[in-house]
Amino acid sequence: MSHVVVDPVTRIEGHLRIEAEVDGGQVQDAWSSSTMFRGIELILKGRDPRDAWAFTQRICGVCTTVHAIASVRSVENAIGAKPPPNARVLRNLIMASQCIQDHVIHFYHLHALDWVDVVSALKADPEKTSALAQSISDWPLSSTKYFAGVKTRLKDFVDRGQLGPFANAYWGHPAYKLPPEANLMAVAHYLEALDWQRDFIKMHAILGGKNPHLQSFLVGGMATPVDPDKQASINMGSVARMKELTARAKEFVSKVYLPDVLAVASFYKDWAGVGGGVGNYMVYGEYPETDDDKPALFLPSGVIRNKNLGKVEPLDPSKITESVKHSWYEDGKALHPREGETRPRYTGPKPPYERLETAAKYSWLKSPRYDGEPMEVGPLSRMLVAYGSGHKRVQELVGTVLKSLGVGPEALFSTLGRIAARCVETVLLTEKIDTWVDALAANMDKGDLRIHDTGKWDPSSWPKEAFGAGFHEAPRGALGHWVHIKDGVIANYQCIVPSTWNAGPRDGGEKRGPYEAALLKTPVADPKQPLEILRTVHSFDPCMACGVHVVDVERRELARVRTP
Amino acid sequence: MGSREGWLGEELRRRGISRRELLFFCAGVAGTFGLPASAATQIANALTKAKKPILVWLEFQDCCGNTESFLRSSAPTVGEVVLDLLSVDYHETIMAAAGFQAEEALKGVVRDSAGQFIAVVEGSIPTGADGAYCTIGGRSALDIARDVCGKAAATIAMGTCATYGGLPAAAPNPTGALGVADAVPGVKNLINMSACPTNAANITALLTYYLTYKRWPPLDGFRRPLFAYGKTIHDNCERRAHFDAGQYVEVWGDDAHRSGACLYKMGCKGPVTYQNCPTVRWNDGTNWPIGCGHPCIGCAEPDFWDRMTPFYKHLPAVAGFGAGSNVDTVGAWLTVGTAAAYAGHGILKGIQNAGKKPENGAGPPGDKGPAGKAGGQS
Repeated sequence: MSHVVVDPVTRIEGHLRIEAEVDGGQVQDAWSSSTMFRGIELILKGRDPRDAWAFTQRICGVCTTVHAIASVRSVENAIGAKPPPNARVLRNLIMASQCIQDHVIHFYHLHALDWVDVVSALKADPEKTSALAQSISDWPLSSTKYFAGVKTRLKDFVDRGQLGPFANAYWGHPAYKLPPEANLMAVAHYLEALDWQRDFIKMHAILGGKNPHLQSFLVGGMATPVDPDKQASINMGSVARMKELTARAKEFVSKVYLPDVLAVASFYKDWAGVGGGVGNYMVYGEYPETDDDKPALFLPSGVIRNKNLGKVEPLDPSKITESVKHSWYEDGKALHPREGETRPRYTGPKPPYERLETAAKYSWLKSPRYDGEPMEVGPLSRMLVAYGSGHKRVQELVGTVLKSLGVGPEALFSTLGRIAARCVETVLLTEKIDTWVDALAANMDKGDLRIHDTGKWDPSSWPKEAFGAGFHEAPRGALGHWVHIKDGVIANYQCIVPSTWNAGPRDGGEKRGPYEAALLKTPVADPKQPLEILRTVHSFDPCMACGVHVVDVERRELARVRTP
Repeated sequence: MGSREGWLGEELRRRGISRRELLFFCAGVAGTFGLPASAATQIANALTKAKKPILVWLEFQDCCGNTESFLRSSAPTVGEVVLDLLSVDYHETIMAAAGFQAEEALKGVVRDSAGQFIAVVEGSIPTGADGAYCTIGGRSALDIARDVCGKAAATIAMGTCATYGGLPAAAPNPTGALGVADAVPGVKNLINMSACPTNAANITALLTYYLTYKRWPPLDGFRRPLFAYGKTIHDNCERRAHFDAGQYVEVWGDDAHRSGACLYKMGCKGPVTYQNCPTVRWNDGTNWPIGCGHPCIGCAEPDFWDRMTPFYKHLPAVAGFGAGSNVDTVGAWLTVGTAAAYAGHGILKGIQNAGKKPENGAGPPGDKGPAGKAGGQS
């Protein structure tokens, strides 16, 4: 039996530590710990709720839009502000471009090196690489000369003797299965994706002034004026620019990302049987298409239990509770925090330490549960709930992927399934996003230039005391913010974040969180080089800065929840 | 490839980047610094001869926003080459190695290249709970920062959290978060790149400056490079003429807002914020916050989460408000407004940076009172 510690888990956002017991070449047990705490909800108390989006946005600079969206929705829900249609469409554009860019970065820059052996690419034959690339896609950058250039660049980089971020990795590990040509193709696309993401995210500069940390959000709408006849507004020049960026995104995702995922996955089909996890999936739903109180959603909400795709339950947020038994917070009031405030209280080993006390408290994350059960959230959950709810395009895309790999739907409940679902969602959104650019243009043409519910801007228009909830499907999954406003300032603020659902520790009943459950039975060829552990953990796309919060779940507030 | 000397020149040729294109890029860099056009040739010459200095990038109480910004470095192709100028031996977000192997990479740099590497710090450093609010590999952020920054040739505090403590240090600062200057006093060659996050253009410009001249740029009183922090947003704002003419946005989405009028009344902190956003803009010059209709929130300034909030409350009344107004006077009055804001919040906090001020920045309140009511929503 080996006790394996992976800390830092790299190529993620934030600070994550995994401890695992490995025996007989498999993970026998695992513990997921978040090792950073900031206390942003404590900082929010007493402040203007209209400022909260900027504070919570800084929870994460990777998914740099998601907490701003959830925050303005929660305050709008509390004070009764109704963002006009242009604001809804602008937000859809911002959210979808975030999701598209984030997923591509995750695959190429955070996850690919778990599957792609960069050093092996040096042995590739550029001519065969070209043949491989052209057999899976008509993406133009695929000539022998092109791949020879990438190989030379890689060789020069290695020959200079400074491997930088590629040093000390697990190159040559027996779990790497790609032939040299596939590795070289992936390295080329790693570099191309680096350029592509920088270019595509200009969507956010157009819509939010800058990325990271866009600055156009407002409680009640958006600060980005729209007017086809003004040069200081989103006008037809901006529309044309966005049409170009979204068209290029569609091309890159359909001709590079999707073919790469299918090609890489075809060598790792055994990973369709690894990393299943808790088998429960929860989705709040996203992309409102109408402006009423219960808007039609492009991606539906719902809950799936025990991998039963045939039964999607309606979501009931009042069933959300959480445990702090294994979290560094004061015990006792987790279920009914109305009686008291949850306070951070570190009881772990004093740093520097070698091992966490996993039988006691071992994480800054809490353990959220739905109806007492751990839930996985994220792209896989969204695609499964959409698939099970009869979303036609999702069913087609999932079917195409499964057919291409020659596997059945059960393969989705796995490490590989998460990678495939993330890619399917990206394809889906690059097909869809253009329609929101058109919707914005059409709305302007009708003369509707409203961007804000100005009647609810002044705090004098608000109730003396109000509660609100805001929900969002962030790239990494279901995100909720809850706000309590009293006398115009924040009395209490709470977030339950995707990575809290996925990366949280065991609960009061000792049920493992999704990471911990997914790691069980993961093969580990060499405990000193736990590459396989990284594969399963990375398949969730961890975002630890997001996950750590002081969360006071108040049941009565949760019952008031509405989906976006 | 033979000698490492000149590898970049070869690489540029191989990648089809002409000398002319390189000079064009370098002219842009020179412009960011406010250097004469002739400096472009000198920068280009230095770039093509450069070897790769080692850089380690530490993340503590951060959101990864500065790292993401770094990944958005503009000037495609050449920008990528500029990244290749450095050997980034430790950066948790991008490095292939994890766990023990990652820690070894960092230890190797500190052991073998002491006094020769550049350290970047992103995020604040918590001092509460014996360091348990942020640990990596079981070590506290403070322990790592002392070790690594203490042995670095220079330390770049990237972003407002690493510079001043930023968001985690906002009142009531639950974790005792500090910026590098306060957490690890006496660090050699500290450069503060406050902003939330730091603009990729400024990150690239700072590194290029160092690689070209083998020294760091001149700094203001907060140790921020003058090329990026020498003037206020207001000094260079494209909407400045509307401020001077008294044309203000009063309602989100009104004709003035759509026409690009001044955002002062909506809470803009541009007059008291030292940063080059209006000139370098963001994301390869695509846009900037005021360009998309939202006020500046002052994210490059010390304690902006406390001093610049509420964000939508406009700066205190300004002497000679409107035509011919004196921006420095606006800055002077910020301190008064800040005191009021603290009182309004019921939040009081020791200002860690008391006594520090930019050379030509917001000073203590002068003896001039507000000459007239500015109006607005407060």
